[in-house]
Amino acid sequence: MAEANYKELSLNGLWKNNPAIVQLLGLCPLLAVTGSVINAIGMGLATTVVLVTSNTLVSMIRGIVSDAVRLPVFVMIIAAAVTCIELLMQAFTYELYQILGIFLPLITTNCVILGRADAFASKNALLPSLYDGFIMGAGFTLILVLLGALREIIGTGIIFNNMELLFGEGAKAWKIVLVDNYTSFLLAILPPGAFIFTGFIIALKNIIDKHIKDRQDALQPQAIAGSKRVRVTGTIS
Amino acid sequence: MALLKITSPHAHGPMSTARVMQLVMLATVPGVITLSYFFGLGVISNIIFACIVALLAESLVLILRKKPLQFYLGDCSALVTAILLGIAMPPGSPWWLIMVGVGFAILIAKHIYGGMGYNPFNPAMVGYVVLLISYPLEMTHWAAPLGSFEGSTPGLIDAFSALLFGHESVDAVTMATPLDLLKQNNSLLIDDLWLQNPQFGRWAGLGWEWANLAFLAGGLFLLSQRVFTWHAPISMLISLTIMSLFFYDNGSSASGGSPLFHLLSGATMFGAFFIVTDPVTSAVSNKGRIIYGASIGVLLYLIRSWGNYPDAIAFSVLLMNFAAPLLDYYTQPRTYGHQKKARNEGDGK
Repeated sequence: MAEANYKELSLNGLWKNNPAIVQLLGLCPLLAVTGSVINAIGMGLATTVVLVTSNTLVSMIRGIVSDAVRLPVFVMIIAAAVTCIELLMQAFTYELYQILGIFLPLITTNCVILGRADAFASKNALLPSLYDGFIMGAGFTLILVLLGALREIIGTGIIFNNMELLFGEGAKAWKIVLVDNYTSFLLAILPPGAFIFTGFIIALKNIIDKHIKDRQDALQPQAIAGSKRVRVTGTIS
Repeated sequence: MALLKITSPHAHGPMSTARVMQLVMLATVPGVITLSYFFGLGVISNIIFACIVALLAESLVLILRKKPLQFYLGDCSALVTAILLGIAMPPGSPWWLIMVGVGFAILIAKHIYGGMGYNPFNPAMVGYVVLLISYPLEMTHWAAPLGSFEGSTPGLIDAFSALLFGHESVDAVTMATPLDLLKQNNSLLIDDLWLQNPQFGRWAGLGWEWANLAFLAGGLFLLSQRVFTWHAPISMLISLTIMSLFFYDNGSSASGGSPLFHLLSGATMFGAFFIVTDPVTSAVSNKGRIIYGASIGVLLYLIRSWGNYPDAIAFSVLLMNFAAPLLDYYTQPRTYGHQKKARNEGDGK
């Protein structure tokens, strides 16, 4: 494979090819558990760890496993990683483990993980694969936390509630009540709210992309290259 | 001399969007008067504030989308949405409740989909459902009708203080609506239930029966002005009657209430003539409209009797809005001069 370009990988994972809002993969946890920031962080971290582990392992065995059986093998690796994470969370963050419930084991079926294993890790060296897993997980976590924050603020008027579930007792003080006597807006906390806010985040990204493109187009005057053909019937390779 | 080339048909429709919308607003007047007589002037404060929010929201979107303000505000469609939502909400709702509902209806249900004429769902009903799901407590806070308690209904000052400061400042008397009572009843025969609760009134609920008759009158006026065709509302009322007749077992405790009760309580007439007839979100062909209306009637009865909510106009209408494009697809009328294709002639050998 070609020399891995870490800058390109970062840009892909965080923005250009973001798993959550460009590839629209892993929508199930994205919609189901982003009711608050703490849930989003928990789910994002768990997914990132699984991504890094599975990408690393898949990259290590990429020369041994034949193409015909690669998918079952990948799924086995992912399932093993998920089981480890699930047991760890059960041991150390039991309450969060209970809140996330079925969606923790369901990380196995998250398309982001199998997608990265098959599309990237099975064709690339160990270090780039590890980094790709990390940055894709970070991009996914970023969107989860953004969505969780939006839904928590609009849904309950509070942000950073229950942070002690993950960050210890000291994090109880992080809770900020933005509006007193806020009547909670249930729609934002229910799944329809997740769909609506995801739509808005995607729209925002498209607006920013369009803005950047417009500025680049304005900077580079359109060069008229080569001879013109009157009729084009196909592409010439 | 420049001649405009115009193809047939050369018929001219005298109804503009603005004219239709103004007629609809006019037709709500008897219903609004009846509602404010029985439930106090909270209805009026609802409508006024909803209209203000709707105009502001509409202007905001029009400026953002760089559309001409006067043309789009002039068609009054935002006002109609606001009035319908204001009527549907509990009288004397606080300002933030109205703002969220109307804002959602105009900004998201209407303009995200492309604005007037492009919205697949009825904006007023989307706003109502958003509120009902998000604020179940506030949205089921119905004032008691006049005649069911000592004293008078809230006046204008009470209504506006409820609007500005919420319900705590008013000694408002609230009461379960007849549909609520019927839903919670599981031991009384229908006749006993009516005897024990004053709010059932004569046929279908004190105040409710008159409000429904007033909306029926407004609807018939719109029908006579040919604002809409009879197909959707009439088929909805007929299917509701048939459903309730079918499940009315002479008034046992498990019965769903008489057909008269269902026709004249809750939002039946309001829904039939002001919501179901929305030209944008309903089916277009006559056959399609009959199916559309009848399905709403059936859904309405199903949700009222066995669902989680006492009334269901909004849910049934939204569910059938989903189905309207499909209904249109399967009920396309035959074009003049063409023969209907035989079923198995189809597309190929």
